[in-house]
Amino acid sequence: MINLAVRDILYAWGKFIFTGLGLGLLIGVTFTMAGVYRGKVNDAEALLKNSGADLWLVQKNTLGPFAEPSKVHDHLYREIFAIPGVAQAVNVTYVTMQVRHRKKDIRTMVVGVDPGVYAELGQPQYLIAGRQITRNHYEAIADLATGFKLGEHIKIRRNYYTIVGLSRRMVATGGDPMIFIPLKDAQDVQFLKDNTAIIKQRRRTSENPVFNRPGVPGLLDAVITLQQTNHFVNAILVQTKPNYAANEVAKSIRRWKQLQVYTNTQMKKILLGKIIAASAKQISMFLVILALVSAAIIAFIIYTLTLGKIREIAVLKLIGAKNLSIIWMILQQALALGIIGFMIGKIAATLWAPIFPKHIMLLTSDSAWGFITIMMICVLASIIAIRAALKVDPAEAI
Amino acid sequence: MVNANNKRVVFIEGLRKRYGKGEAAVDALIHVDMQITPGEVVGLVGPSGSGKSTLLKCLGAVIEPTAGRITLGDEVIYDNNWKLSNLRALRRDKIGFIFQMPYLIQFLNVVDNVALPSMLAGRTNKEARKQALALLEALDVAHRANAMPSQLSGGEQQRVSIARALINRPPVILADEPTAPLDSERALVVIRILNQMAHQYKTAIIIVTHDEKIIPTFKRIYSIRDGKTHEMTGEGA
Repeated sequence: MINLAVRDILYAWGKFIFTGLGLGLLIGVTFTMAGVYRGKVNDAEALLKNSGADLWLVQKNTLGPFAEPSKVHDHLYREIFAIPGVAQAVNVTYVTMQVRHRKKDIRTMVVGVDPGVYAELGQPQYLIAGRQITRNHYEAIADLATGFKLGEHIKIRRNYYTIVGLSRRMVATGGDPMIFIPLKDAQDVQFLKDNTAIIKQRRRTSENPVFNRPGVPGLLDAVITLQQTNHFVNAILVQTKPNYAANEVAKSIRRWKQLQVYTNTQMKKILLGKIIAASAKQISMFLVILALVSAAIIAFIIYTLTLGKIREIAVLKLIGAKNLSIIWMILQQALALGIIGFMIGKIAATLWAPIFPKHIMLLTSDSAWGFITIMMICVLASIIAIRAALKVDPAEAI
Repeated sequence: MVNANNKRVVFIEGLRKRYGKGEAAVDALIHVDMQITPGEVVGLVGPSGSGKSTLLKCLGAVIEPTAGRITLGDEVIYDNNWKLSNLRALRRDKIGFIFQMPYLIQFLNVVDNVALPSMLAGRTNKEARKQALALLEALDVAHRANAMPSQLSGGEQQRVSIARALINRPPVILADEPTAPLDSERALVVIRILNQMAHQYKTAIIIVTHDEKIIPTFKRIYSIRDGKTHEMTGEGA
């Protein structure tokens, strides 16, 4: 028996290809939306993995530097060393800001790291060019996504920094590329006031008789210096010794210090559950809507194609074709449309994903689920057309 | 008149068809008697609304009559109710259809249009196509075997539809105004072909027509009026 569906498709291939193209682009958008979500999750995982930390120490009763403001004294990290099981501990700061470069503002996350202390903790794990930060000031490592090049000078707040290294896949949860600078500079960057505010504060302090006492020389200068210096960081990253479980070390730190301690698993939960959760829901809504739109389009197209063949269906019934043959013909066409749409969608998403400013991660498993879903949608969407075909009276041919 | 010695291939007795119920009921066929022998071509004529199409649909097992008896060959297919459960198989194997418009499947080429009923009957594609080509040859359209229906002239399309009706060697073919879209010359060619085919394959053909040009070609005519049939001898006798 000849395949009626294939013959019909070959006869009207232009209609099928163009319909499949339209549907494919819609499916491509759906894959891209899923890729946006996967990219966000992957960015969050990369952020934790690339930090090299086993434990995150943050301000008490906060969810850490990515979810809430967290301030921790920068001397505390030394005391952490005394806790059994702690191999390394370093301070870090995080601040999201616009960095001006070649008359363009680039949104980045500026990370302050302690240069040269423990290069594997806090600093980018892998550099694709250049070196790690070795000086205490004015050096920076930038992620490739910033578009900066080795040796370039960038301005962060008041100071210029030389790009000494380039990293890859070092991005914040929002997808902003990271720039690593020395901790001292980062502390200034984070809390630095503008010149007018500094002058006003100095004047205010000097007019306060408590700080400007004639009998205590040097007090005013000490207070002003203290006001302009920042001794806070956002978190302390801890690496545990090989034979110690991160959970056990975290328990000791919680007992001993007034700090909130998160393991990597807990941090991941915070990132995925609190920070990405809203956008994940939003993306899920989009996916559902796109799936419904795709289903409606497939249903409409297959229904229209079937209505265009009512006479042929009546003739087929009259000359003895079984209902099953007619159902199979419509179903095959719906599935063929789905397969064409899937292929075009997959190719389109793969081609345009690198152009997107943020990380789009297209997983094979998502494609597989997408394919199954499309096929199911095709089957459901063809029901209306099948019902219409089954209602056709063979007498219509006479 | 039918020779009593001839074996009847179509035998209809007291066929009735009523549409609707109660006061809204309409009797399309009141009393239809008809008998046709193998290889015979009979005309079915009558004014619009006389019940010609209803009779064709009843005989084609497309609609169910209200009462009466229909025998195809040796088999009673209707006797106040259908005697067969699979009417599609009956239509596929025992009845051929030729329509006013050829109604070919647009997405199949000529040879597959003709071969399709044979394939539906369970023959292999190769066998069915071989049969189809032989019929197309007989109908002088074999040279268009690989063309699509839209590439054929009206006359060629009608010949292809005749070949499709004949492919399963049905004992009876129902033709509903097969010459309506054709000019008189081509109409007569089609009728000549139908007569040839009826003779060659021993198929009974019932042709519903209004066409005064072809009515004189029939040896026997059934006139239908007010739901009743009247048998007449045609000029072609």
